[in-house]
Amino acid sequence: MRYLPLTEQDRREMLAVIGAKSVDELFRDVPQSARLPGKIAGLPDHQGELEVERAFQAFAAKNISPSAAPSFIGAGAYRHHVPSTVDYMIQRGEFLTSYTPYQPEITQGTLQYLFEFQTQITLLTGMEVANASMYDGSTGTSEAVLMANRVTRRHKALISGGLHPHYRRIIETTARWEGFSTVIGKADVEGLEDLIASIDKETSCVVVQNPSFFGHVRDFTKLAAACHAAGALLIVVVTEVVSLGLIMPPGEMGADIVVCEGQSIGNGLGFGGPYVGLFATREKYMRQMPGRLVGETVDADGKRGFVLTLSTREQHIRREKATSNICTNAGLCALAFTVHLTLLGEAGFRRLAELNHAKASELADRVSAVPGVQLVNESFFNEFTVRLPKPAVPVVEALAARRILGGLPVSRLIPDDLSVANLLLLAATETSTEHGMGPLVSALKEVL
Amino acid sequence: MSTKYTNEHEWIRIEGDVGTIGITSYAQEQLGDVVFVEVPAVGRKVAKGESVAVVESVKAASDIYAPITGEVVESNAALADSPGDVNAEPTGKGWFFKIKFSNKAELDGLMDDAAYDAFVKSLG
Amino acid sequence: MVESLDRSQGRAGAPATAGSSTPATFTGNRALQIEEPLIFEMGQPGRCGVDLPEPPKVKDRLNGLRRNGEIGLPGLSEPQVVQHYTRLSQKNYAIDMGVYPLGSCTMKHNPRINEKVARLAGIGDLHPLQPVSTVQGALELIDSLAHWLKTLTGMPAVAMSPAAGAHGEMCGMMAIAAALEAKGERAKRRIVLAPESAHGTNPATAAALGFTVKPIPANARGRVDLAALKSALGPEVAAIMLTNPNTCGLFESEIIEISKAVHEAGAYFYCDGANFNAIVGRVRPGDLGVDCMHINLHKTFSTPHGGGGPGAGPVVLSAALAPYAPYPWIVKQGDAWTVAEDGAKVDGKPLGRLKAFHGQMGMFTRALAYIMSHGADGLKQAAEDAVLSANYVMAALKDVMTPAFEGPCMHEALFDDSFLKDTGVSTLDFAKAMIDEGYHPMTMYFPLVVHGAMLVEPTESQAKEDLDLFIAAMRSLTERAKSGTAAEDFKAAPRYSPRRRLDETLAARKPILRWRPSNSPPGGDPMRQAAE
Repeated sequence: MRYLPLTEQDRREMLAVIGAKSVDELFRDVPQSARLPGKIAGLPDHQGELEVERAFQAFAAKNISPSAAPSFIGAGAYRHHVPSTVDYMIQRGEFLTSYTPYQPEITQGTLQYLFEFQTQITLLTGMEVANASMYDGSTGTSEAVLMANRVTRRHKALISGGLHPHYRRIIETTARWEGFSTVIGKADVEGLEDLIASIDKETSCVVVQNPSFFGHVRDFTKLAAACHAAGALLIVVVTEVVSLGLIMPPGEMGADIVVCEGQSIGNGLGFGGPYVGLFATREKYMRQMPGRLVGETVDADGKRGFVLTLSTREQHIRREKATSNICTNAGLCALAFTVHLTLLGEAGFRRLAELNHAKASELADRVSAVPGVQLVNESFFNEFTVRLPKPAVPVVEALAARRILGGLPVSRLIPDDLSVANLLLLAATETSTEHGMGPLVSALKEVL
Repeated sequence: MSTKYTNEHEWIRIEGDVGTIGITSYAQEQLGDVVFVEVPAVGRKVAKGESVAVVESVKAASDIYAPITGEVVESNAALADSPGDVNAEPTGKGWFFKIKFSNKAELDGLMDDAAYDAFVKSLG
Repeated sequence: MVESLDRSQGRAGAPATAGSSTPATFTGNRALQIEEPLIFEMGQPGRCGVDLPEPPKVKDRLNGLRRNGEIGLPGLSEPQVVQHYTRLSQKNYAIDMGVYPLGSCTMKHNPRINEKVARLAGIGDLHPLQPVSTVQGALELIDSLAHWLKTLTGMPAVAMSPAAGAHGEMCGMMAIAAALEAKGERAKRRIVLAPESAHGTNPATAAALGFTVKPIPANARGRVDLAALKSALGPEVAAIMLTNPNTCGLFESEIIEISKAVHEAGAYFYCDGANFNAIVGRVRPGDLGVDCMHINLHKTFSTPHGGGGPGAGPVVLSAALAPYAPYPWIVKQGDAWTVAEDGAKVDGKPLGRLKAFHGQMGMFTRALAYIMSHGADGLKQAAEDAVLSANYVMAALKDVMTPAFEGPCMHEALFDDSFLKDTGVSTLDFAKAMIDEGYHPMTMYFPLVVHGAMLVEPTESQAKEDLDLFIAAMRSLTERAKSGTAAEDFKAAPRYSPRRRLDETLAARKPILRWRPSNSPPGGDPMRQAAE
């Protein structure tokens, strides 16, 4: 077995040093009834690299990748071009095969990039502090609600109907089992929702998304003021982080916690994960944050260095009183994010955002010119909603049969609301081309 | 004026109907360099045994419990900027908060100087 | 004062006692160790590491919310970016470099074929919300991994979506809460039992779900005290959370009696699967009476740790808990695969949803490639070699270090610090001295039940020659520590790492969590400063 260095001779010598006759003796604490007579039945034996690779190519061949078919699906995961440098960097063994930087003397590489990452997140979101990342945007949002409950000592979260339905369901699941209540807005298809009247003295937080799940770009300045007047926190979720290159950041609107899905920068679609959650807040709430934090300090020679800090919030010290049970973050995805964003820089990031908006504008104009298709949005960044003259699910199936990944039928994520049956969510990014948009428009004309 | 000790290594110094609370020298030694102290808001009503403050070092966090029922009348705000006072002067500048109490009898179970010294010695 | 004891040892930031005797260099660099500024100290307006086309002019549809002002991101060219991160990478220790005996973390070899297959366009470049007809291979892949996990654990069901071990714990404990709710017992059963040696995530998870955590004592052999457990069980107990092999590296020899007693009391058995690597292919948790167990794919199945994630924490479930598994899961209908998503008509009462989309697909791919490479025979051999290596290290060091418990151990060897008594050298000092010898230290001060704990997990990935050198280095360190004259020397370690001990007290007292122009060294970029 190519991964196992011990030879039969090694094993015999090692057993002799231990003073055991066989390896079975080392397992003598396993109860007799749980000892298996041999290897587990019904599973194949080891295979060479060639065979394994073939098996995965067979899996891959049964899928249609957006790399080989026009795709307009977004809804919380966006296909962007990731520079080659990013993937090269995250495959360096010193990053890939290192553990959590608990020994700062020999993990300054990880610690410094996380410090740079935290700084980038504060700049993008317009917030004061950020952590070293969460599992993803969806779980990060639920952690933000828990944090708001801790800060306000209240237990009622007000959830916008413009929040991604998966994110909403995760909050509901957390609420159900961890014991707080939620007030859920109706699907905000038109982008006109006003939550101010629903805030009361028990509200711990209001959770909104910008651009919303349906693509609308909203100003939450007044909502933030209303939250603060009532002693609640405003949580702003961003599922398309590239939008922050073009749209006023949540920090400027008065958000108290900002959670982003960072996948768009540096991380591929990957069929849904792993992604990287970005989490930022105000300095006064720093000690209520979940997740790891990297801080600057000096070493014994007085040189600048970085360490994990404020760890007393975390489970390995605070145990049942921790701010969260989270142990890990999304280190390598955060590295991919920070390398990509460093390549982009101020100029590149802004231009990328402009390009996305321009491509989406073009797509919106062309699709809404198809007879029967109606553009719902007045505002959007790189994703918008259209109303079709018939249910969207069979339309998308028919497009898929023509090898076009023609957006997301909203009803897939909101199955219990018949009013969304005809809605289709379409996204465009810098990767969208005429070779994709043209066929989509012609195919739509055929299938509608 | 008298000082009493809890088996959680807190001290309470009684002056009239007000008790000043902090942690003992032994406690600060066990914690190591104190990096953060969260003290209760003035005016907060606390019950004996309730967790009212937190003291943290780099690797440990400890809750501070009210040794007596009453109202917080003063908190040591200076600790926010100089948590090291808890290490330097645990029974002086490093005090945490003051409680105005009504039932002094609640202090009856606490240790005096000699009893606390013996208690610490018993911990080895 | 409840939880202060013994975790404050080895205050970082102890002042340097021994200066470096080697002369300083002009740049501050030392050959391959290059001092590296922050990107914010390197950027120049006008530089960019990507070339993007000029965007066509379109009318804004941004609701008047165009971002004004500088974001503040630095501009760097591609070669600068490559050099920056390459230099940073060289400040890290990694599995690829050598022995990484970090107990309870299972730092084993990360095969590169796993990386390669995860990047096939037909796997890595798929949108999670594509029509299921276009992702049949992806769903089959997830289902194949699920099949392996169920078969290896002897459990009937698995929830694939949890993003990491702690997330898996949350999933498993929610399933237990859901099962109790279905029986009308959730309000009554509020207590979760966990040994004091448990991972911190266990009590954190239980407490988040509103359970009260009660410790169960260990016996002198480092296992759960069965009699004490039995007396703690009762109508108020919801579950026991137990790691097996436990965090002391020992197999819970009375595990079947434990699970029997737990079930007889109407409670559930949550097994923390962090240490599954010791028994995979040899013992099935299902045969031990486990109700649910998370599997850290990044430990047992070698998906890369990546400097702290991403992980993946699928949870296998017993028949009693399977009906409560969260959305989504893969269903095979005839020859086709589909996904049961929120709102789908299903049997059972799903507890909800824990993560967007389908879980950590990239980790599933890598784990499945690892599993298929090993096969049933190789996985069993890997577990045996991991256990053999740990016992070998323990046997070879037991005369100079102090094993916390009688052997044999499973895949990790636990020592206490009594061999350092009166030497003036602490566990932390000892660990830091290992750094200078070229090793990543073992896990320290965990589990909490052992004084000055040192938890060594060599894994199956090290050749015997490398284990022998490691053992020899450890023996040499113990000899130096016991000489009685080297305490200062140990306290000054490490000396040869990119940084020496860092002042963690300063970091926590005055937290600096981001770069600002004002907290750069005077003059900005230290490199440029040196050149001037």
